[in-house]
Amino acid sequence: MTDQKASSARGSKAKVRERGERGPLASVALHVGLLLASATAVLPPLWLLITSFKPTSEAFSTDLVKDFTFRNYDHVVNDTEFLSWLGNSLLVVGLTTVIGVFISATTGYAVSRFRFPGMRSLMWLLLITQMFPVAVLIVPLYNLLASLGLLNQPVGLVVTYLTIAVPFCAWMMKGYFDTIPVEIDEAGRVDGLNPFGTFWRLIVPLAKPGLAVTGFYSFITGWAEVAYASAFMTGEENLTLAGGLQTFVNQYTSDWGSLTAAAVIVAVPAAVIFGFVQRHLVGGLTAGATKS
Amino acid sequence: MAVDSSQSLAKAADAHSVRGRGPRTGKTPGRLRRSLSTHWYAWAMVAPVVAVIGVIIGYPLVRGLYLSTTDANEANVERTIGVNHIPATYKSVGLDNYTAVLSDGVFWDRLTWTIIWTVSCVAISFTLGLVLANMLNRKLAGRSFYRMALILPWAVPAFVSVFTWRLLFNEKNGILNKILAGGGIDAIPWLNDPTWAKLSVITVNVWLGVPFMLVAMLGGLQSIPGELYEAAEMDGANAWQRFRHITLPGLRTVSSTVILISGIWTFNMFPVIFLLTRGGPGDATEILVTYAYRLSFVVSPRDFAGSAAWGVIILLLLSLFAVVYRRALRKQGEVW
Repeated sequence: MTDQKASSARGSKAKVRERGERGPLASVALHVGLLLASATAVLPPLWLLITSFKPTSEAFSTDLVKDFTFRNYDHVVNDTEFLSWLGNSLLVVGLTTVIGVFISATTGYAVSRFRFPGMRSLMWLLLITQMFPVAVLIVPLYNLLASLGLLNQPVGLVVTYLTIAVPFCAWMMKGYFDTIPVEIDEAGRVDGLNPFGTFWRLIVPLAKPGLAVTGFYSFITGWAEVAYASAFMTGEENLTLAGGLQTFVNQYTSDWGSLTAAAVIVAVPAAVIFGFVQRHLVGGLTAGATKS
Repeated sequence: MAVDSSQSLAKAADAHSVRGRGPRTGKTPGRLRRSLSTHWYAWAMVAPVVAVIGVIIGYPLVRGLYLSTTDANEANVERTIGVNHIPATYKSVGLDNYTAVLSDGVFWDRLTWTIIWTVSCVAISFTLGLVLANMLNRKLAGRSFYRMALILPWAVPAFVSVFTWRLLFNEKNGILNKILAGGGIDAIPWLNDPTWAKLSVITVNVWLGVPFMLVAMLGGLQSIPGELYEAAEMDGANAWQRFRHITLPGLRTVSSTVILISGIWTFNMFPVIFLLTRGGPGDATEILVTYAYRLSFVVSPRDFAGSAAWGVIILLLLSLFAVVYRRALRKQGEVW
């Protein structure tokens, strides 16, 4: 990779060329480098997709699809608990997203607009909880949920996921609200709105792109979380997707056909939503940390 | 740009100076009530988050600290079997768990590997992200195609990608080994040999991490004014000098942020290792977080106290990160 970079750099150094132009060799090197990198990035998901259309017995054949079949999908949907896992995941993730976006938006707004006693400590709290390892909380949390009867209950996972998603989302929302002019709030106040009214009627509609990114982050947090889901949910019909898929391929069984089909069903919606929000994603992720 | 949360925005500045919210000056009776009436909007808005964090993080944290000083395990904690309620019988053992962990070679092995894992994952994915971003950040046919392809790994949920890699890494039948066999190379035990397994988990995590770096670096590159490059070219700077003296300094803010963020993420990266190798073979690829998880949920009897002690030590290590992070923020002029 560095070779190609260097050669493209050499190309643009040549004196006869206009600024920004490359020699043909540099262009080829650039494209070869990018093609290689793209292939590395795309191949594993593509291979997953291809394998999901093969009969289970040929899961490991290196051919592209020889006997195209939907049997894996059919099997996963109709003969396994996949649909209940999907339902559990959707329930948990839906609740996490809605509640997470709402409370991180109010928090982000408060720390963006107001200077109040306790604000600095709150900002610190949000920053530090982002780096809490699963390991320190999981046992006490397990015991707490057990004593409240919330093990194997979606609610328990929702509350847990909120603590992962919300600190980060609140930071992102603060960064986003900081970009909305304060004059808008002032205008709202002059027109007689209280702070909640200003927030709800004026700022939230303006912050929709930011809310979308936050929503996506909450969604992905719940959709892809493994540790808490594996520890708190037991019994086949209570699992979420992350836990459920593990049952296809473990030390006793290796049903790659079902796994690949289920994985594709899980990945496609996430990838589609990702496609919509990706342009805003990193801005939001780094804004909270780099902007004041 | 931020204002006091008193009711009138316009008066906020005056209120500040008149009331003098200095640390020791405002200790008059009724200060609490006035503070309440001034700030209750702000407090009401942050209350749900504080409540959630307090109950779900604060309580378990305190409880975890306590558990780490006991000998709690699966056999002596409070539990209910059928209709019988068995009270807890574990007792305090002081700091024994900590001395046991710290004097045990396992901890230092895991710590060494965790540091190697974190540093190499972050360094490799940062470098690749930087190089690819520089390649993409120029006039180029098919630019948006490359961009979409390169960030695809980010769009797929991590656990799905990890399962896919297990399929590719399969020793007997995986595509990687079949390709090697085509070239006459013996099958590589990707996940069954300690060294190969380490390389494999790092590979997968780098594969997962590059898109984030790439997109962040692209954003950073686009925020560097083009005039700087023009001026440098006028002065006769070659491509490497421009990269060294304009691009790298221009990316400093965003790089320090993403390196710290992804450092923390990687240090705590549970799914890649748990799902790819389960920490194996043996405990070769087990990082601190997955090992602590194993102590409380995989081994029998479950060692809750030991796991909690590991957790607390991990937290202390991460606090070091936090100090670094704060220093970095302060250098960038962060005010709070």
